[in-house]
Amino acid sequence: MGEKVFMQGNMALAEAAIRAGCKYYFGYPITPASEILEYYAEKMPEENGVFVQAETEVSASNMIAGVAAAGKRAMMATSGPGISLGAEAISFMCAAQLPAVLVNVMRPGPGDGDIVACQGDYFQAVKGAGHGDYNTIVLAPYSAQEMVDFAFEAFELAEKYRNPVMILSDGGLAKMMESVELPDRITPDIQFPWALTGAKNRSANVITTCAKSPKQWEEYNLVLQEKFKKMKDAEQKWESYKTEDADVIVVAFGISARIALSAVKMARENNMKVGMIRPITLWPFPEKAFKGLEDKYFFVTELNAGQMVEDVRLSVKDKEKVSFYGRLGGMTPTPKELYEKLIELYKEHKLDANI
Amino acid sequence: MKVVYKRPELLTDAHFSYCGGCGHGIINKLLAEIIEEEKLSEKAILVWPIGCSVYADQNFKVDSICALHGRAPSVGTGLKRALPENAVIVYQGDGDLVSEGMAEIMHAAIRGEKFSVIFVNNAIFGMTGGQMAPTTLLGQETTTSPYGRKVETSGYPVKMAELISNVQGCYFSERVYVNNPKNIMNAKKAIRKAIQYQMEGKGLSFVEVVSQCPTGWGVKPLDSLKMVETEMSKEYPLGVFKDMGVNGN
Amino acid sequence: MNLVKIDIERCKECGYCINFCPKKVVLEKGTSINKRGYYPAVVAKQEECIACGTCAKVCPEAAIEVIKDFEGQEV
Repeated sequence: MGEKVFMQGNMALAEAAIRAGCKYYFGYPITPASEILEYYAEKMPEENGVFVQAETEVSASNMIAGVAAAGKRAMMATSGPGISLGAEAISFMCAAQLPAVLVNVMRPGPGDGDIVACQGDYFQAVKGAGHGDYNTIVLAPYSAQEMVDFAFEAFELAEKYRNPVMILSDGGLAKMMESVELPDRITPDIQFPWALTGAKNRSANVITTCAKSPKQWEEYNLVLQEKFKKMKDAEQKWESYKTEDADVIVVAFGISARIALSAVKMARENNMKVGMIRPITLWPFPEKAFKGLEDKYFFVTELNAGQMVEDVRLSVKDKEKVSFYGRLGGMTPTPKELYEKLIELYKEHKLDANI
Repeated sequence: MKVVYKRPELLTDAHFSYCGGCGHGIINKLLAEIIEEEKLSEKAILVWPIGCSVYADQNFKVDSICALHGRAPSVGTGLKRALPENAVIVYQGDGDLVSEGMAEIMHAAIRGEKFSVIFVNNAIFGMTGGQMAPTTLLGQETTTSPYGRKVETSGYPVKMAELISNVQGCYFSERVYVNNPKNIMNAKKAIRKAIQYQMEGKGLSFVEVVSQCPTGWGVKPLDSLKMVETEMSKEYPLGVFKDMGVNGN
Repeated sequence: MNLVKIDIERCKECGYCINFCPKKVVLEKGTSINKRGYYPAVVAKQEECIACGTCAKVCPEAAIEVIKDFEGQEV
C-alpha cells in the first residue's frame, strides 16, 4: 500500500496532511510545532498549494476560516499559546460550521512555559478554548503512524460534521522519529453546496455567526447541539489492553500512554493484573470504554495536574476508585516510576493478595 | 423613456439596517452598483465586519461572510488565496479595521494581498452605541471620551489611507467622502478603481470612505453632512495617497 | 413628464433628496408617517423634475427611482 519511511512526528503529520489534499497552510512559528510550518513552506510551491506565514495566530486561524469557507482543506498547527490566540476563530468556525483541522503540539504551560512534552492543554482542547457552547472532535495520537492516520481522519471528520477537528500532539511525540507507512495521495474534489465560490447558477451563500434574535439563535444553537450529540454517539474511539481480568486499569493518552504501557507490561511480568485504556478521541471522551468495568480500580496518569482524570471520574460509577499521578513542567515519569505507583496502589487496596 | 436611476438588482428587498442619513447606506449602494456594472455578481465574495454593517450580508445577492471583529482581512486573505479568480471585497468600519484589526490590515498590505478594501471611517464605534474609536477627532465627545478626546490620554486620530499607503504591498489608497453628490460620484470612481485593480491582479487596493454618522455625532443627518466638510476634512483630507497605475505591478 | 418614485417604507427622513434636488421644489417632507415612524419625502411638483437623478444617487436607502420621459401613467 503506502510507502514506508522513517520520519519525525511533526513532519509525518505534515506529509500526511498534504497527501490528504490539504494544500492550504496558514501558521506562525512556535516551538515545538514549527517543523510542520517549515515542511509546508518547502512543499507548497511544488504542490502549487498555498503557504502563508501570518503575522499572528489570531490572523492565521481566521485565514483558515476563509479557506474553509471556500470549501477547501486547510490546516494550522501551533502549540498551546497559539490555540489560546486562535480560540476565538475556533468558536467562530463551529458557529459558522466550517471544516478545518487544527493541531496543538502541546508544551508545558501556563504562560510561556517550556517547549517539551506536556499535556496541560487537555481542558483547553476538550472543554473548548473559546466562547460559547461548542465542541470539536479531539484526536490524540501516540505515535508518528497515528499522526499520519489521524491527519487523514481529521479532514474526513471535519467535513462529515462541518466542524473543526483538533489533533492533540505534544513536544515529545512531535520530535520522535519513527517508521511510518504513508498512505497514497488523494485529491479530494468535493464541491460543498454551502461554500463561498461566487453565486454562479445558484442563489448567494451567506456564512455568518451573527444572531438575528435570541429565538433564532437558540434554534440555531440546537442545530449545532444535535451535531455534537451525533459526534458523541458515533465517534468515541479508544484502545483497551488486557482490561477484562485486570484489578487496576491505567488510563492514559498520547505520550503518557507510551510510558504507561511499559509500566503495565512490567506489572504483568510480576503477576499484577493491570490493564490499560487509551482514549484516542479526547472529545467525545470514550465513556463506552468503561462499561462493564465497574469493579475495577483506575489509575490515571497524565503530564499535567489532573485534567483527563475528571472525565474518567465522570465515566465510572465509583469515583473513589479513580486515582491520579501526574508530572508537570515538561518532566516525564519513567515506566519504573509508574510501576512503583502501581505497587503502592496494590498495597493500598490490598490487591497484592492476588499476586 | 429612460431609466435614470433604478434600485440595483443586486440588492435584496431587505431594508438597510443603518440609521437615517448614514453613509454606510450610500456606500453599500455604490458597491452594489459597481458589482453590477462590472458584471462581477458571480465572482464577488464580500467579507463583512462586526460593526454597523454587520447585517449587510442580508442586503446583497452575492456570496458573503461576516468575519469576527477585526479579522476580515485575514478571512479575506484565506478566501483570495483559495479563489484567486474571485472578486474578494473586504468591507470594514474604523473600530474593526483601525482598532481591533490593525495588525490584520497592515499585514494584509505588507503581504500585498490581492483583495480590495472599503474602509468606512465615521470616527466612532457606531453599532455599540457611540464609543471613541482611534479615528475619533481630538475634542470629539463620545461615550468613552465624554469630555472630548484628549491627546494626553488617547493619542491622535489615525489617518489610515496615508498610513497604509506607506506599505509597499499597498497598490492603491484613496480617501473619499459621501456627503454630497459630487463626492459620492468620486467615491464610486475610487471604489470601482480598487475593484478593477483587483481583477487585474494588482496588490492591495484600499479606499477610505469618510462617512457621516448622525446618531453617533449627535446631529441631524443634514448637519452631519456639513460636519464632514467642516470637522472631518481637517483631519481626513480627500486625496489619492498612492496609485501604482494601470501598468504598475 | 419625468417621474420620481419613492419607496416610502424605505425612507428614513434624512432629507438628503430634498436638500440636493437642484430644482429645490420637486421634493418635500411628507405629512403621513411610514411603518417605521418616519415622515417620508414626497414628490411635490413632479412637473418641475428634470430627471437628473441626484435625489436617487444621494439616497442612503436606494429608495428612489427616476425615469426620464415616462410614458405610462403613474398612479
